[in-house]
Amino acid sequence: MASVLRFRKLCYVESAVKCTSVGYESFEIDEKLDKKEEDVLSANNFALEINKKRKQPKRQPKEWRCLDSCCWIIGYLCTTWWLLLFFYHCFPVTLLRVPELPGPGVRLKREGLTALHPVVLVPGIVTGGLELWEGRPCADGLFRKRLWGGGSFTQIFKRPLCLLEHLSLHYETGLDPQGIRVRAVPGLVGADYFAPGYFVWAVLIENLAKIGYEGKNLHMAAYDWRLSFQNTEIRDHALTRLKSKIELMYISNGYKKVVAVPHSMGVIYFLHFLKWVETPPPMGGGGGPGWCAKHIKAVMNIGPAFLGVPKAVSNLFSAEGKDVSYIRSYGAGVFDSEILGLQTFERVMRMARTWDSIVSLLPKGGEVIWGNMDRSPEEGHVCDFSKKSHSKTSLTTNNVNNSDVKRGFLVKDLANYGRIISFGKPASILHSSKLPTSDSKVFSRTSTSENFNNFSCGEAWTEYDEMSRQSIQNVAADKAYTTTTLLDLLRFVATKMMRRAEAHFSHGIAENLDDPKYNHYKYWSNPLETKLSDAPDMEIYCMYGVGIPTERSYVYKLSPNSRCKSIPYQIDNSVHGEDGSCLKGGVYFADGDESVPVLSAGFMCAKGWRGRTRFNPSGIATYIREYRHKPPTSLMEGRGIESGSHVDIMGNFALIEDIMRVASGATGDEIGGDQIHSDIIKMSERINLGL
Amino acid sequence: MSFLRRRKGTDSSKSQNLRCNIVKEDEKNNLYESPRKESYNSKKWSCWDSCCWFIGFVCSVWWFLLLLYNTMPASIPQYVTEAITGPLTDPPGVKLRKEGLTVNHPVVFVPGIVTGGLELWEGHQCAEGLFRKRLWGGSFGELYKRPLCWAQHMSLDNETGLDPPGIRVRPVSGLVAADYFAAGYFVWAVLIANLAQIGYEEKTMYMAAYDWRLSFQNTEVRDQTLSRIKSNIELMVATNGGKKVVVIPHSMGVLYFLHFMKWVEAPPPMGGGGGSEWCAKHIKAVMNIGGPFLGVPKSVSGLFSVEARDIAIARTFAPGFLDKDVFGLQTFQHLMRMTRTWDSTVSMIPKGGETIWGGLDWSPEGSSFNCGAKTLRNNSINNTDQIPNINLANMKNVNYGRIISFGKDVAEAHSSKIERVDLLDSMKADMLANLTNCDIWIEYHDIGDHRIKAAADYKVYTAGSILDLLHFVSPKLMARGGAHFSYGIADNLDDPKYQHYKYWSNPLETKLPDAPDMEIYSMYGVGIPTERAYVYKVTTATDCSIPFQIDTSVEGGSEDSCLKGGVFSADGDETVPVLSAGLMAAKGWRGKTRFNPSGIPTYIREYSHAPPANLLEGRGTQSGAHVDIMGNFALIEDIIRVAAGATGKELGGDHVYSDIFKWAERINLQL
Repeated sequence: MASVLRFRKLCYVESAVKCTSVGYESFEIDEKLDKKEEDVLSANNFALEINKKRKQPKRQPKEWRCLDSCCWIIGYLCTTWWLLLFFYHCFPVTLLRVPELPGPGVRLKREGLTALHPVVLVPGIVTGGLELWEGRPCADGLFRKRLWGGGSFTQIFKRPLCLLEHLSLHYETGLDPQGIRVRAVPGLVGADYFAPGYFVWAVLIENLAKIGYEGKNLHMAAYDWRLSFQNTEIRDHALTRLKSKIELMYISNGYKKVVAVPHSMGVIYFLHFLKWVETPPPMGGGGGPGWCAKHIKAVMNIGPAFLGVPKAVSNLFSAEGKDVSYIRSYGAGVFDSEILGLQTFERVMRMARTWDSIVSLLPKGGEVIWGNMDRSPEEGHVCDFSKKSHSKTSLTTNNVNNSDVKRGFLVKDLANYGRIISFGKPASILHSSKLPTSDSKVFSRTSTSENFNNFSCGEAWTEYDEMSRQSIQNVAADKAYTTTTLLDLLRFVATKMMRRAEAHFSHGIAENLDDPKYNHYKYWSNPLETKLSDAPDMEIYCMYGVGIPTERSYVYKLSPNSRCKSIPYQIDNSVHGEDGSCLKGGVYFADGDESVPVLSAGFMCAKGWRGRTRFNPSGIATYIREYRHKPPTSLMEGRGIESGSHVDIMGNFALIEDIMRVASGATGDEIGGDQIHSDIIKMSERINLGL
Repeated sequence: MSFLRRRKGTDSSKSQNLRCNIVKEDEKNNLYESPRKESYNSKKWSCWDSCCWFIGFVCSVWWFLLLLYNTMPASIPQYVTEAITGPLTDPPGVKLRKEGLTVNHPVVFVPGIVTGGLELWEGHQCAEGLFRKRLWGGSFGELYKRPLCWAQHMSLDNETGLDPPGIRVRPVSGLVAADYFAAGYFVWAVLIANLAQIGYEEKTMYMAAYDWRLSFQNTEVRDQTLSRIKSNIELMVATNGGKKVVVIPHSMGVLYFLHFMKWVEAPPPMGGGGGSEWCAKHIKAVMNIGGPFLGVPKSVSGLFSVEARDIAIARTFAPGFLDKDVFGLQTFQHLMRMTRTWDSTVSMIPKGGETIWGGLDWSPEGSSFNCGAKTLRNNSINNTDQIPNINLANMKNVNYGRIISFGKDVAEAHSSKIERVDLLDSMKADMLANLTNCDIWIEYHDIGDHRIKAAADYKVYTAGSILDLLHFVSPKLMARGGAHFSYGIADNLDDPKYQHYKYWSNPLETKLPDAPDMEIYSMYGVGIPTERAYVYKVTTATDCSIPFQIDTSVEGGSEDSCLKGGVFSADGDETVPVLSAGLMAAKGWRGKTRFNPSGIPTYIREYSHAPPANLLEGRGTQSGAHVDIMGNFALIEDIIRVAAGATGKELGGDHVYSDIFKWAERINLQL
């Protein structure tokens, strides 16, 4: 509005403009992009004009006009802006309010649902806020201010290095570094919004409030998501506090059991909690074997990362996800120098590697679950999501075109998901017999001989700097890694981190669950190495989105950049498959919710815990609730009410309705039992896991 | 980004298309000249455009300065401050950290009335979009945007004292609930920051936020707040290796915590069922800050006519302006209607009646407080002079005992000279309430003019008879309040009726728990004139307004008089008189008394008020005012030392400036 007015004014003022019209048009677009930017621009222009004025004092006798016009334009813009703002505020609230769709809360309230069971929300990784309690001088004035999440991230741009330092943990212990205390923000504000306007739990909270939930029966179990799970108890008593809170809510709400709603990593955190609370002290919470049965009605896992996420692999290996890898290759120079001075990724990686919790998200269950060199449970998955119905035809064309693979029925094996990291496209496609055998011998060979750190680069940023060039190339020469060998790989490239983190997490499959070693807390967050507690009345829900391509395995290359302190590996995003292939930009995609593949989210509910198994001795009922992703139809909808993506699903009305029904007393059968869109049952059948 | 693009664009246009560029330049000149030409013709430039120019200029300069400010390293302002005021003293947290103090006992904060934040969980149509936004505390932006809606949501149900249907307003939880009351106006924040210096954090600090509008027992009934506090204290003791907690209540939180200590040991269903040893096991010390143990006179004027000294002046000088300002019309009526639904205000009515607060011709303070406050307390008194001498207004005794009097002459005359109509008789006289047509309902309109006059004819009210007056003018509130609070003095504390929760928050009607190792501190500011008694008048404009008003025209004879603007002041912290804050620790609980059967040691820590030396100090580091004292370095240091393990004796025991012990002697309270 303002820009149009201004443009008209300019047209009016300048009568015979010919060449400048294009320039002004672009100007217009800029202006539409961001008003404030425009203001800054004009301010800068102002400065430019001053310079101009100094340079050419004689040419224009009345050159002060430039300056004046600048001021005039700024003043004009400001006035118009204020005027519009004033009008905007004068409007009655209802006129401007986007007609919001009535959420499920309103409808269910009309149906007569009321708050019954207390609800505990368990946030996932990254979404929880962190605030500063004690810091270095560079973080002056940030006491009890958010360093992460919640408010704006302005501080990150103001003093990036300082922030990174404060968000990092101690590399050896995985706890606070000396003189720095960063703590989780408690309460519902801890994770309702991640950034202004970017909701995480807020929509769910608002809908729950409609049927009568409030502070006394709604609790956010905020914890420091950077720590390993047991360390949250050691440092902050987070597990004890959660236990006490659940007991209090159980008693003060008339002995109604609690419905827990964990999200993402919160799912395995809560799994850890369930084991911890029944284990005798000092390692556990001493709640006794009946605690879960007595206090918990249902665990409604949203987007559960039960068996890990492949994203964690790329994150730890080279600090990049799908989105980041593009930036890294295209804007290498800009991005590296812009925010953090130099070496953005290296610093980010250095920080992320001090967080134990990321290791908890590495794929669990090895080749049995995630597939080996030539086989994966998802095989036959068709990636062309938009044209699912036409997939048959495209498959046949693929068949014709593809000459690399001889056997026709293996066409679908183009997506060799089992090889979670492969170096080069051929390594990801060729049959395993044609590849050099990969085993951990390589690592033992190189690591012993060449672990003399070459500190020529000065201070070591990441553990990559302690590796020699030779061993870095050796790693790449091994071509392809499955989830099992991947762990060896990580142990090799990040020895200290894995040593630290593997004291807290385990990624295997238990042979014999009665082995006393499984009483150790490092196994508690791995569903394949723990038994569920003895609570036959409890219910477990796996609720997740499907229908979005999700990172499943990666094609890597050696980074061409060989200078000091750089990450030697990089996702090869020049690698693309043909149309309809699951390979795009160096990443193989499978079905999932953009972060967690269906396999990880659904397998335990579909098979591992279904019925009475060795992982679920008391036969706790499990339900799979899948939500097909539908992108928002219009801008008004914001992030969509039928979204299935990892975080946006928290605003999915169907999911919210399910949670509310269960919270107000319904059982899994009453809300409709399983609701499956993906091939999770078929996939689980292919997995050969002893139950 | 666009800036870059733009510049690039102009550069390229310069280099590539020279001709066009030249034309452009010319046109630019035209552009700048043409408006001038026009303006010279039509006089447009001179007015409208120079306006724009001016605004633009101011904006640019502003942005430029802002840019400079933001790029300036953070140490400069501090450097400037130090250059002006000399090196800053270390805040107590830093100082004590250097001494080697570390986190020891967990700390519980109990905020007072008004300072805690409240947020909306369910509301009417008009409060749309305010879900989980603060209605109270924070910026108060909504108060100005939709005042009537705001007042409606802040009110409670006038019958039950709980939520009205369809509205749920709940306390904010966590430390954020009361760290800042409004932006920049700290309450607990300074204390929290200093405790954090020696290692405290979320797991060792707990803000016992509660809905301060409710009566104390109702916070448990509605929100289970007391259970939550109990559970949290137990949790903190368990997770911190069995270290007992140090509780720090402020203002009304003092009474609330007194209630809690009785509640937690009482058997369910009325109590928390913690058993008789709960306090002894879990609490190391209760450090009451500015505690109105025996009530505050301010609450009387608040209930009676919604005014305290500050508001009273505003109400007389700008009656039209203030009334129209916020609520459209009748600000005070709306405020009164809202505050009268808050049961908690009743908890702070002066307790103990005439025994404590003084009778018609007697008060414990006598004239010992020099209200001029410039000279030190040097007027020695040996005996309270019972005969008022009106001519010697300068040195006369102040009749603090008459909490409300109608007219100055009445306030100063001897009791025998005052003619009074019996209140009860006049109440019965005219029960026909004339129904007024006022839009806003307040209970005054049910009363009727006749009875208002009768109330004024009674002339003088003491702390005992003030209750009758309040019952008379706001029967519903007092009926509700009477079920939750009591204001008397117990004759026999073993009477089973004192098991009821309504007595728990009155220190004169409860026994302290059996916890001889616990310590009780009374910490409060002194040296500020504090409202103690009022002179009222009946307003003339009666139709739809509040019929009573503080008579601000009444002044004492001289500069040093304690009577100013219709208010008698005594020593205190601006809100709570010393008498209320200190008497229990000085006398009622000192040693083994019937109120303190296990002999819990008590300590009085007074902090003499010193206003901030300059503007840079903000609200002062030596303030004694009711809320500002939370930033008093000496008080913070005391708290940190106790939290880190010191006992009251190690702190230095009592620390008294006022005459509280002298006054305590004068009070004839059976112990």
